[in-house]
Amino acid sequence: MTIKYTKDHEWVRVEGDVGTVGVSDHAQHQLGDVVFVELPDVGRQLAQGKEAAVVESVKAASDVFAPVSGEVIEANADLENDPSLVNAGAETTGWFFKLRLSNPAELDALMDEAAYKAFVEGQA
Amino acid sequence: MTEASESLKTTPLHSLHLELKGKMVPFAGYDMPVQYPLGILKEHQHTRAKAGLFDVSHMGQVRLTGDDPAAALESLVPGDIKGLARGRMRYTLFLNEQGGILDDLMVTNAGDHLFLVVNAARKDHDVAHMRERLKGKAEVELLDDLALMALQGPEAAAVLGRFIPEAATMKFMSYLPATFNGIPVVITRSGYTGEDGYEISCDKSDAEAIARALLAEEEVEAIGLGARDSLRLEAGLCLYGHDIDETTTPVEAGLEWALSKRRREEGGFPGYGIIKDQLANGAPRRRVGLQPEGRQPAREHTDVCDADGQKIGEVTSGGFGPTASAPVAMGYVDRAHAAVGTPVQLMIRGKPLAAKVAAMPFVPQRYYRG
Repeated sequence: MTIKYTKDHEWVRVEGDVGTVGVSDHAQHQLGDVVFVELPDVGRQLAQGKEAAVVESVKAASDVFAPVSGEVIEANADLENDPSLVNAGAETTGWFFKLRLSNPAELDALMDEAAYKAFVEGQA
Repeated sequence: MTEASESLKTTPLHSLHLELKGKMVPFAGYDMPVQYPLGILKEHQHTRAKAGLFDVSHMGQVRLTGDDPAAALESLVPGDIKGLARGRMRYTLFLNEQGGILDDLMVTNAGDHLFLVVNAARKDHDVAHMRERLKGKAEVELLDDLALMALQGPEAAAVLGRFIPEAATMKFMSYLPATFNGIPVVITRSGYTGEDGYEISCDKSDAEAIARALLAEEEVEAIGLGARDSLRLEAGLCLYGHDIDETTTPVEAGLEWALSKRRREEGGFPGYGIIKDQLANGAPRRRVGLQPEGRQPAREHTDVCDADGQKIGEVTSGGFGPTASAPVAMGYVDRAHAAVGTPVQLMIRGKPLAAKVAAMPFVPQRYYRG
């Protein structure tokens, strides 16, 4: 199992050819209280770096981009009833969607946990 | 510190905001806290449940003096200022010749002068406007040596009453010079949240001592601009530059209550012809509340369409109402679609979201009525 991060603060956890995607704990802190999440429909083809979902906090709407390309196979239905899961467990229960990776080599361009941590600290 | 923040102005409570770990953002030329570690949602809920302290020192406080400053000011606003009893205050509007709104403001009869509170982003404009138009009739002084705080919420009266006993029984929309721990202050029972509460004006050198004393009370939390916005939106109150501006008239904006009876009959304010006509015959569009179905918020500039998908207006403020526990919005729609209950569609990222024209406020106002 690998977890990788993007510069836009998404994460993807890969098991086999399935990636689970969400926003980082750092991102949820920046967003503040999440009140709505718009998730991609199952079957939609996502392209790396392109819009995949939208997360709305009390104050503003923010785009969430696909960390890797692939077909959406599941969206986290729990977020519909309780969007605050994104705040409570950004990198666990607050996941957004799962996709079947179409080009696993794209993972090489992403950061591992240590590199992402350094990236966030560098931004502060 | 970045270059951007160096060019911003600061309020007398700036170092306190930093100490309280406020998340600072530029607002109307000032470096202001959008939220504290509590977060917008909890700050909002705390204000509705107990009491919140807001720094609103960026707003303009203005003193108007002269032989008859009320008569002079009436040439620029549609409110009954001459009829304002000593110690009472009123919401009114600076208007242009087309009936458009140049700013909204509070006017208090302070006895020997009028005390005005105007929007931060408009204070330089408003002062210049009054100096030009009231030349020879009134002296206009921008009181930039003053700070302004708001204490809002159902516990505000109990809290402020510990320092200023007379505060607890003040009438809504009244004014009282007082002392707070020996510090001279001027308080009004007013606010921008839909709750009972006060605005407290004091010398800027005294602001931090007062803020610290209030924050030391167990009911009080510091509240940022984010919750200030969601609170006023739920209360159905306009934000200048968004819900009202130079292109909107008071009738379009649903602010007829700010057009005093005598002034409607007598006129004598800018844009009277247009406003009189709109009062008699209706305005082409109206500011309305909009209640989306489900939980997705509709933000400012979202198109409002009728059932057939024809554009009939635009959202001017929108977000999630923490007390309403639902998305809430306001905006302008063509008059034919302005009735409460009218179904509309909000176009969000290319997709229609079902919504209804809704009555405002979205949460009941709880002003003090004695």
